[in-house]
Amino acid sequence: MANKLYPDAKAALDGLLFDGMTIMSGGFGLCGIPEKLIAALRDAGVKDLTVISNNAGVDGFGLGQLLETRQIAKMISSYVGENKEFERQYLAGELQLEFNPQGTLAERIRAGGAGIPGFYTKTGVGTLVAEGKEHKDFATASGTETYILETGLVADVSIVKAWKADPYGNLIFRKTSRNFNPMMATAGKVTVVEVEELVPAGTFDPDHIHTPGVFVQRLFVGRDYEKRIEQRTVRQREPA
Amino acid sequence: MWTRDQQAARAAKELQDGFYVNLGIGMPTLVANFIPEGVDVTLQSENGMLGMGPFPFAGEEDPDLINAGKQTITELDRTSYFSSTDSFAMIRGGHIDLSILGAMEVADNGDIANWMIPGKMVKGMGGAMDLVAGVKKIIVLMEHNAKDGSAKFKTACTLPLTGKGVVDMVISELAVLARPAKGAPFRLIELAPGIDLDMLKGRTEGHFEA
Repeated sequence: MANKLYPDAKAALDGLLFDGMTIMSGGFGLCGIPEKLIAALRDAGVKDLTVISNNAGVDGFGLGQLLETRQIAKMISSYVGENKEFERQYLAGELQLEFNPQGTLAERIRAGGAGIPGFYTKTGVGTLVAEGKEHKDFATASGTETYILETGLVADVSIVKAWKADPYGNLIFRKTSRNFNPMMATAGKVTVVEVEELVPAGTFDPDHIHTPGVFVQRLFVGRDYEKRIEQRTVRQREPA
Repeated sequence: MWTRDQQAARAAKELQDGFYVNLGIGMPTLVANFIPEGVDVTLQSENGMLGMGPFPFAGEEDPDLINAGKQTITELDRTSYFSSTDSFAMIRGGHIDLSILGAMEVADNGDIANWMIPGKMVKGMGGAMDLVAGVKKIIVLMEHNAKDGSAKFKTACTLPLTGKGVVDMVISELAVLARPAKGAPFRLIELAPGIDLDMLKGRTEGHFEA
């Protein structure tokens, strides 16, 4: 078995990083982000990054850390609120931004990972998103409808957060921290995964594996996860 | 005139037993508080969850369990989790029955604008363009007029669109406007208490059939 296990984030990224590279980073908001790998990218100082991620973190946490150090040149995202430094750099023209509808972004990553160079979708037809893109009519159950061509996305490195892995790189995610992580695992030339727990080979029921190990090249166990909550909402207990 | 809660309760009357529903951020999330008795709906959250439960009790928040508004929530006995591609396969593939969204502008041809004001910082469209393009029925829950008093139901949207010709129903604090099919004109379905047709017309720019 090829060894996929590395001691930590720094070691797992060794030899993979170069200025101007494209990185996919999993997570939705701060949920399921590869927080150890993002911190390691900051420490490595690699620059002019194009980062494909649904969101851009918050000030001081998640991808917000790479914005503070000006390591990101371009973001491809669907929603970037909750980040003042992002806003400042964008309005000052220091940061490029490409907005994709969230489903289009997810499907572009899925397509890229599956070797599909493009696909047609109805999402965004008649909006700014459709400008400059090929339009094509298809017959559907509800008549002829117009679709636009969207292209697949791949990355030099995908950084992914999973809950558990085995030594083969088989992954299991937990609750809504799955989000963009499984597709991004398929779309990196090299996929590096951080997990909370490494289990011995044979532990997982093969029917329960979310991401098969073929998509994972490097793997390590992260320690002391912060898992910051963006919007803490609770309800009151009914009085007994 | 309806309060925000009454507006949300009016929207909840559109829920049908067995529906799979996606609620947008803001006022649409209030609709979950008014689901009529005997009507069983499953709420979808586009970050990868079907069967969304209420907020957790204090101390039981799970950072791995949030909704699309990044709020901590809980699961139910019906809950399933899945990736963002599966989530948007539900939305774009027409498997979700109803989405209730907010809007800055709706035009009388069903166009909707709710993601961008040119010249202001744009946060992004998130899943809104996918929802309006793929969900079977689109209800907009919004204030009837903008802060400057201008009508939000217009003859044409002035802001960049989220989707073209996609809105089926608009519920404001003044009235319910709806159309039986995409492409049909909007009709007045219901006036809020204390509102008459002339008042509504005086505060509306877009065309509707009385």
